[in-house]
Amino acid sequence: MSGSFRTGIGGRIRRERTVRFRFDGVTYAGVEGDTLASALLANGVHLMGRSFKYHRPRGVLGAGADEPNALVEVTRGAGRTVPNVRATQVELYEGLEARSQNRWPSLALDVGAVNNLMAPFIPAGFYYKTFMWPRKAWDALYEPVIRAAAGLGHAPTAPDPDTYLNRYAHCEVLVIGAGPAGLSAALAASRGGGRVMLVDEQCEPGGSLLAEPDVRIDGLSSRDWIARTVAELQANPRVTLLSRATAFGYFAHNMIAVNERLSDHLAQPAAGAPRERLWQIRAGEVVIAAGAHERPLVFPDNDRPGILLAGAARTYLNRYGVLPGRRVVIATGHDEAYRTAIDLSRAGVEVAVIADLRPRPTGPLVEQARALGLAIRTGCAITGSRGGLRVTHARLSAILAAGKLGPPDEIACDAVLMSGGYTPSVHLFSQSRGKLRWDEALSAFLPDVSAERERSAGACRGIFALDAVLADGAAAGAAAAGIDAPPALRSTAVDADPAGVMGAVPHDRGPDARAFVDWQNDVTSKDLKLAVREGFQSVEHVKRYTTNGMATDQGKTSNINALGVLADELKRPVEKIGLTTFRMPYTPVTFGVLAGMARGDLFDPVRTTPIHGWAVENGAVFEDVSLWKRARYFPQGAEDMEAAVRRECLAVRSACGIFDASTLGKIEVVGRDAAEFMNRFYINAWTKLGVGRCRYGVLCREDGFVMDDGVVGRIAQDRFHVTTTTGGAARVLNMMEDYLQTEWPELDVWFTSTTEEWAVIALQGPKARDILSGLVEGIDLSPEALPHMALAEGHICGVPTRLFRVSFSGELGFEINVPADQGRTVWEAVWAAGQPHGLTPYGTETMHVLRAEKGFIIVGQETDGTATPDDVALSWAVGKAKPDYVGKRSLARPSMSAPDRKQLVGLLTEVPETVLQEGAQIVASRGLKAPMPVIGHVTSSYYSAVLGRSIALAMVSGGRARMGETLYSPHGAGEIAVKVVGPVFHDPEGARVNV
Amino acid sequence: MLVITCPYCGPRPEIEFAHGGEAHIARPQDPSSLGVEDWTEFLYMRANPKGLHAERWRHLHGCARFFNALRDTTTDQFVATYRTGEPRPDLAAVKA
Repeated sequence: MSGSFRTGIGGRIRRERTVRFRFDGVTYAGVEGDTLASALLANGVHLMGRSFKYHRPRGVLGAGADEPNALVEVTRGAGRTVPNVRATQVELYEGLEARSQNRWPSLALDVGAVNNLMAPFIPAGFYYKTFMWPRKAWDALYEPVIRAAAGLGHAPTAPDPDTYLNRYAHCEVLVIGAGPAGLSAALAASRGGGRVMLVDEQCEPGGSLLAEPDVRIDGLSSRDWIARTVAELQANPRVTLLSRATAFGYFAHNMIAVNERLSDHLAQPAAGAPRERLWQIRAGEVVIAAGAHERPLVFPDNDRPGILLAGAARTYLNRYGVLPGRRVVIATGHDEAYRTAIDLSRAGVEVAVIADLRPRPTGPLVEQARALGLAIRTGCAITGSRGGLRVTHARLSAILAAGKLGPPDEIACDAVLMSGGYTPSVHLFSQSRGKLRWDEALSAFLPDVSAERERSAGACRGIFALDAVLADGAAAGAAAAGIDAPPALRSTAVDADPAGVMGAVPHDRGPDARAFVDWQNDVTSKDLKLAVREGFQSVEHVKRYTTNGMATDQGKTSNINALGVLADELKRPVEKIGLTTFRMPYTPVTFGVLAGMARGDLFDPVRTTPIHGWAVENGAVFEDVSLWKRARYFPQGAEDMEAAVRRECLAVRSACGIFDASTLGKIEVVGRDAAEFMNRFYINAWTKLGVGRCRYGVLCREDGFVMDDGVVGRIAQDRFHVTTTTGGAARVLNMMEDYLQTEWPELDVWFTSTTEEWAVIALQGPKARDILSGLVEGIDLSPEALPHMALAEGHICGVPTRLFRVSFSGELGFEINVPADQGRTVWEAVWAAGQPHGLTPYGTETMHVLRAEKGFIIVGQETDGTATPDDVALSWAVGKAKPDYVGKRSLARPSMSAPDRKQLVGLLTEVPETVLQEGAQIVASRGLKAPMPVIGHVTSSYYSAVLGRSIALAMVSGGRARMGETLYSPHGAGEIAVKVVGPVFHDPEGARVNV
Repeated sequence: MLVITCPYCGPRPEIEFAHGGEAHIARPQDPSSLGVEDWTEFLYMRANPKGLHAERWRHLHGCARFFNALRDTTTDQFVATYRTGEPRPDLAAVKA
């Protein structure tokens, strides 16, 4: 049968170029210019899929983006398998491999088709009614089975090997759709001199004109007119023309998302060539020229393979040179189907009959058909079809005056071509939040009030006659560009009456007949009526109950017919029923193009410190702290984290450790009013902090809860070196700017983020001074000259430094700030100098243990946004004499000093080896049953090597009054007994830091 | 993605900006003199209008300045943007 449905001449295909492809394992031949659908039809293959719910055999229905049936899987190997693509939009290439979906074991013999026999038992809402009980069966049986049966294609499991690009573009006028309206609009707009973009989803511009070879425009054939128009646009450097580019989403302020398919149509894409490009186009003005979708007829058994839309059949004939069958029945309520009948008849197809629902169709197209001698039955309904995997008969009945039907008559045929008229594609307009209005004459919703700088042109706003479409497009393009419209073009098109029919075709087939409204979701007119009978009135509810208009199709072919059925059933006019929301994307978009380059290493920025390379070379294990990579520990040999951390902790306590603290947030606060700003901003008092001294600063939000902390050094009278937590730097700087710009603009102070200007090397341990002594110049390291919480400026290893004597470990400690690009050099010099002293590198895990042994909090670990300074034992830091600071008024609220607030305490487990879980709850007594009153939670918990036992910090209600009490942490079946102690476990006098 | 007109830099895409909550809520000069209810009002109570809303934005990845904007919460259209410290524009004047 190969090629036997191909015409001898015509179409936009290249017959001499044969293209071989496979569908369900069978090799077929098509030609260059075919789609998968047209090539299969040329081979006489209509059966292309199985329906979603009932597994009914389905043929291709349309010829474009609105195809609901012929969804196939195209594969180019692992990770390059694309499910659910419309065969009507798959361009044929040599070696194309496609498979049908939703069938097993084969398309012709599908076990799942048993659902079709079960259909009387699985109407709309079946899931909601049937799987209610027993409750337990839902998790074990119903849900797994339903999930396994759900969906159409299967997503590939291998990673996507392709690359995807992303591009931003700006233009004065964006035209969406390159049919007659869009081409005219772009051409007119381009004469305004601004940047114009024209995007079109098809492989070549032309839109509906691609199926109109005989029409002449401005004295040219449609082919030549398209070519002339495209040539003029391409010659203009201010115009960008994109084909295979679907505008799939209309976002706020004229941001249009366009998916450009770059290589899916190629047999052999170049290695590494990108597959798709996401355009985010910001347009000054948008012209939507999206065209219209043909409306099927809702009659019983209207879904057999071989039943397709009349306009689609005409496209297959005129654009692809493919006949839909040898003997066709045309069923219509609209003039356009007569064009199909006329063209097919001229191509040698036998048009058995044109069955027109309208009692007295008139007009030039009807007259032409009559003149050709085609059999026309007016006032005639199609009331059924027969056939297995292909339609064999159409059932026709005369519509009698009384609304009754005459006796049926079966006409043998191998294709039924139907048309209920055209539905303007208002998807993008609706996405732009524009308001629609119902047009009774056209039985369609049309764009009414725009929400964006946008206008529709042509068929998508209900204008169908070609001359009017060309004029409308030109007027829209010119208006968008702010210029006068060019003179109107004349065509030879014969106009059709735009009025169509909607809703269900009358029939006499009884209540069990199934007339499909939504092919993709297997929704019948019966299902819609059932939903209304069961009390669903709102169109949104009916949509969800029946699934009509859902999924990837978004109601392109089904919306208006569904509304027609609902209007009949609810006895309400359509405009009172309304329309469901059109969701983006217009047609499905790959996840790959949405992700673009943001994959793998580029998924998220990675921040590394100047010392990162050294840590890598020395075997560090890293952890992510916000975007930073931080060395967590440095295992030696076969050490696990626990062993490494114990060794690192003991090394710091007994000799010295070196730690990369470069990630600390750093903000330089400078200006005449720097101290005044710090006074107002932090809870501490700063006025009396001397130059060369440091202070631990605490920052609250205005609600009085701790937001950040860090050591602040006074570099000069008017200059502070502020440090923040690693994750809090941006937040703190933003809050500083907020208060300065909006509350205290009178202050003379500037903030500069210096986080990445400085590398910070923490040297902690009793040997720290010995190691440093030979490295610094111009700094006296003696305890008298540089005591704890002092800082000095000088040089280290010849590099300028701000040397802080601070300790987050409780040992003698220094934090060496040097310019970032010298960080690794200085680190390595300190590292070398430390070798005789047993210097040990340590990571964040050891840092955490050391600070917990000293009861130092970590903001975000001990605090959770509801802790006051006093809750975490920091009331000593508050500058109590200050008249105001951020958070002061909130801290004065009585509840902020309530005795039962959660307060920071230490916990010691009864069994020293037991380490509590961080986050574990604390309760007051043994043997409680859930739900039980919880009085606190563990915030930090470690094994302390220096103490030879576990330690924990916790926030416990009224904790400071519970010293010595035994509390419990529920754990598994029992609980762990803990004793409440102070939060400082090691060297509570602070002797070790003051040496 | 919205287009926001920074009063210092001009129109820029939304990703350059950070939202800063409701505008025209000045921190009291002397918070400690405020009673609980007044302080609560300042700290927590915010308008949630359907329609025009005066709100703060910060051109974070541009000039880094805070400014105010009148945005229609039902349409996401900006009616006006203006500098911190300037009064909320008169709606009638904006329309004119």
